[in-house]
Amino acid sequence: MNSNAVAICCALFYLAILFGVAYYAEYRLKKGSSIINNGYVYALSLAVYCTAWTYYGSVGQASTWGIEFLAVYIGPTIMASLFWPVLRKIIRICKTQRINSIADLISIRYGKNFSLAVVVTILCMVGIIPYIALQLKAISGSMNILTGTSETGTGLSNIFGDNALYISGALAFFIILFGTRSIDASEKHEGLVAAIAFESIIKLLAFMAVGVFVTFGLFNGFGDIFSKAAADGTLKKIFQFSEHTSYTTWTGLILLSMLAIIFLPRQFQIGVVENVKETHLKKAIWVFPLYLLLITFFVLPIAFGGNLLLGKSGINADTYVLALPMHNGAKLLSLLTFIGGFSAATSMIIVETIAISTMMSNNIATPLLLAAKKFKTTGDGQLTNSILNIRRFSILLIIALAFLYDKFVAQHFTLVSIGMVSFAAVAQFAPAVLGGIYWKNASQKGAMAGISIGFVIWFFTAVIPSMASSGILSMNIVNDGLFGIAWLKPFSLFGMEGMDSITHCFFWSMLFNILLFVVVSLNSKKSEQEIYQAEIFVDIFRYSLATENNVVWKGTAYLPDLNSLLANFLGAERAEKILVTYAQRNKISLEGKKADPRLVSFAEKVLSGVIGSASARIMVSSVTKEEKLKIDEVLHILRESQQMIELNKELRKKSAELEKATKQLTEVNEQLKEMDKTKDEFLYTVTHELRTPMTSIRAMAEIVHDNTDMEAEQKQFFLSGVIKETERLSHLITQVLNLEKYESGKQQLNISSVQLNGLIKDAVQSIQPLANEKCIITEIKIPDSMFLVQCDAALIMQVLNNLLSNAVKFAPEKGMVTVAVHSSVEELQVWVEDNGKGIDPAVHELVFDKFFQAKNQTLRKPEGSGLGLAICKKIIDLHGGNIWVKSEVNKGSKFIFTLPIN
Amino acid sequence: MTSAKKILVVDDDPYILMSLEFLMKKNGYDVMVARNGTEALDIVGKQMPDIVLLDIMMPDVDGYEICRHIKKAAKLKHTKVVFMSAKSKEADIQKGYDLGAALYITKPFSTRELVKQIQELLSN
Repeated sequence: MNSNAVAICCALFYLAILFGVAYYAEYRLKKGSSIINNGYVYALSLAVYCTAWTYYGSVGQASTWGIEFLAVYIGPTIMASLFWPVLRKIIRICKTQRINSIADLISIRYGKNFSLAVVVTILCMVGIIPYIALQLKAISGSMNILTGTSETGTGLSNIFGDNALYISGALAFFIILFGTRSIDASEKHEGLVAAIAFESIIKLLAFMAVGVFVTFGLFNGFGDIFSKAAADGTLKKIFQFSEHTSYTTWTGLILLSMLAIIFLPRQFQIGVVENVKETHLKKAIWVFPLYLLLITFFVLPIAFGGNLLLGKSGINADTYVLALPMHNGAKLLSLLTFIGGFSAATSMIIVETIAISTMMSNNIATPLLLAAKKFKTTGDGQLTNSILNIRRFSILLIIALAFLYDKFVAQHFTLVSIGMVSFAAVAQFAPAVLGGIYWKNASQKGAMAGISIGFVIWFFTAVIPSMASSGILSMNIVNDGLFGIAWLKPFSLFGMEGMDSITHCFFWSMLFNILLFVVVSLNSKKSEQEIYQAEIFVDIFRYSLATENNVVWKGTAYLPDLNSLLANFLGAERAEKILVTYAQRNKISLEGKKADPRLVSFAEKVLSGVIGSASARIMVSSVTKEEKLKIDEVLHILRESQQMIELNKELRKKSAELEKATKQLTEVNEQLKEMDKTKDEFLYTVTHELRTPMTSIRAMAEIVHDNTDMEAEQKQFFLSGVIKETERLSHLITQVLNLEKYESGKQQLNISSVQLNGLIKDAVQSIQPLANEKCIITEIKIPDSMFLVQCDAALIMQVLNNLLSNAVKFAPEKGMVTVAVHSSVEELQVWVEDNGKGIDPAVHELVFDKFFQAKNQTLRKPEGSGLGLAICKKIIDLHGGNIWVKSEVNKGSKFIFTLPIN
Repeated sequence: MTSAKKILVVDDDPYILMSLEFLMKKNGYDVMVARNGTEALDIVGKQMPDIVLLDIMMPDVDGYEICRHIKKAAKLKHTKVVFMSAKSKEADIQKGYDLGAALYITKPFSTRELVKQIQELLSN
């Protein structure tokens, strides 16, 4: 078996595995467990970014220019951090609008403009087909190395001897099989995405296998390889930023690749159209950059190894990856390497072809077909096949064009240069797309002007020179400028020198693109459609729920027409089914002949998934009679839907607030009731306490009054009783008022430095007469040191008086009352002790409640107002101290209060 | 001539106690006084007064309890109870009557009125 056949067999065998993977994925989907509904699969499929250019080209580039190759991986890594804000917005827009290509995205944003879609499609074709060709070239090139044959010649005569032809054919077959299965291009290509993710794994493993082989097989690890390279004079430059690699080049390449990771048709296809869930982006944000890191990890070792071992043999550095295992007799590894490169190339070809063929068929071929056929709404699904065939034909056409380009043009370029030219082409979409989703003033004319001028400059500065160098055009243009005008030289436009050709192209094309886009946008009138779409695109996160139910459309359409229109593309059964489902979901009546505007809009969205927005618009307007909407009507509809959402939100918020407020009110009400009850009780107790002295006062006064003949001594007794009871009454009133003052916080403390010893002595002296009456011994136990305390002397005096008179009251005849002071660092403790009958521990805390004894009981306290201790507690609280009692029944009581020292 | 009616005055407030003692004596009753519940219980058992002027809130045994005791004792069935209390709530008054009191007067009261009411009670 010759080696050529082995290579072909391997490639075909690999393709067969791909078929298997794709079939398995679709089988799993039917069983209800999707493989691609997974963040890791999504991130892996994004690695379609790494093509044969990465696989083979990075090593070649690193061998020549050093670490410059990293720029195109740094750009996407930076962009990955912006996936959540930027890519998610694009994904959301495309999902709600059923957009399935970048051409649709731009044309729908700018008022469903047909010509914009065409321009974008053409730019994609011109910019990307050479890039596809490049991949074919990589496949055939690697196959030649594997089989040891010389380069295949150019020209028709050799076409049928070229392996690339058969590979291309097989690929086209695969793409048609898995890419055009469903008519609805906005449906996910389950099998295809699974196959792409699988290919990403294969190419990574293969490349790393080569890396390990070179580093540890051919050399003794990284140290060995790097020190040998450092010793080699010519390789030194790889370690450094070379003079060639200026900062402008770095910046240019990074910016270009940042845009490419979103706007390359294949990236848009995988990243946006095939995205299953927005949350998968969160995985991709770190998995994708990690993938890039891994696949570039061994680039430098392989480049060094290749240069050291094969540098003198004249082998192209672009092929080191494969040549190194080949020349060292590692046959199996060579085969694996070849398959890795093959997978890198095929994944790119597959996705890119699908993306571009969708654009071609939706935006160019289908509208032409529909126009030519003078479309009538009679048949049943007869258009489905025509459209699928158009798409299949587009795929074949793209592959064929790429193949021919490879045969006749591409042989003149390195892998890298064509790739960068493609990057620069798709970068032209950036202003229109990014402007379109963040800037409401961006207009269709602005987008058209920007993209067109960018396209022209790109073509002039990037494509013309390559055509000239490949002999298609005269080199005069490059050397002398267009029409001999010096400032129109493709490599130094307007006399600008000092940039490499790609940065130069990128700079000028983007400058004019952005400039025209902004200036024209600001100065052009916008159509109603444009204003509506601008609203929706820029504020998609507010509208994505509303767009389904609010429709900017006014006119008349008939249900049967709409139904048969859909039936033409989807078949009668499916058309009926989706219309009924939609109607049920949105509670739209299907009775009557006239169709609800929402149904019309829905039908258009469904159709645009099938045939693209431009054709869908033509189709729908063919069965409807549309009235033109005025701008204020458009905005009114939008605002209404917006208001509804906000109103709803507001309502929900309000009702939650209300609930909370009600709860709080109930609580406050409870508290008030409780307070009211307390207040009532207090009032009752106070009046109750007032009644007793009043009773005796009245009785005694009446007695004296009614008995004029009573003895003087007895009269004296009753009258002094009246006086005493009046005193008691006023004392009680004062205490009630004091307590109220302390409780309400109206009492201001009159703080000063007070000598506690003196205060205590004064207090004891003042109760001495009472004590003497009962023959009670008073004792003061104070250390000699002076205690200065910051407090209100009058109030503390009141506390001492209260506690002392209580003590005297409760001490037995000939008992004992003691006052003591204990100090610590933070506080002073004052103890007032008696040897009376004590207090039941159960009520130790209650004794400080006002009228505690009077409440809810019929037994009266022996003496006192019932407010004394409550007042003491309040005063001590105001000073930041504590008051409590230590006592046991029949063992006396000890009241203790503390005053903080500062 | 029938012997003087016996009145027991029970209150822990000395001034009220002395005032009522003076008044009742002045009106020709046989007056006994008690400063607390225990004393009162002791006296009613021994003396079987015709009427008891009874305070409710006292340090040891409350007035309700004393009333209950009087109403239970067979030999005291003719003894009338008059509550005099600072407790002026409807519920307290009701409780007093429920226990079998002949009268419930709230403090402060008119001594002249009290004397009249006692006379009425005793003439029935």
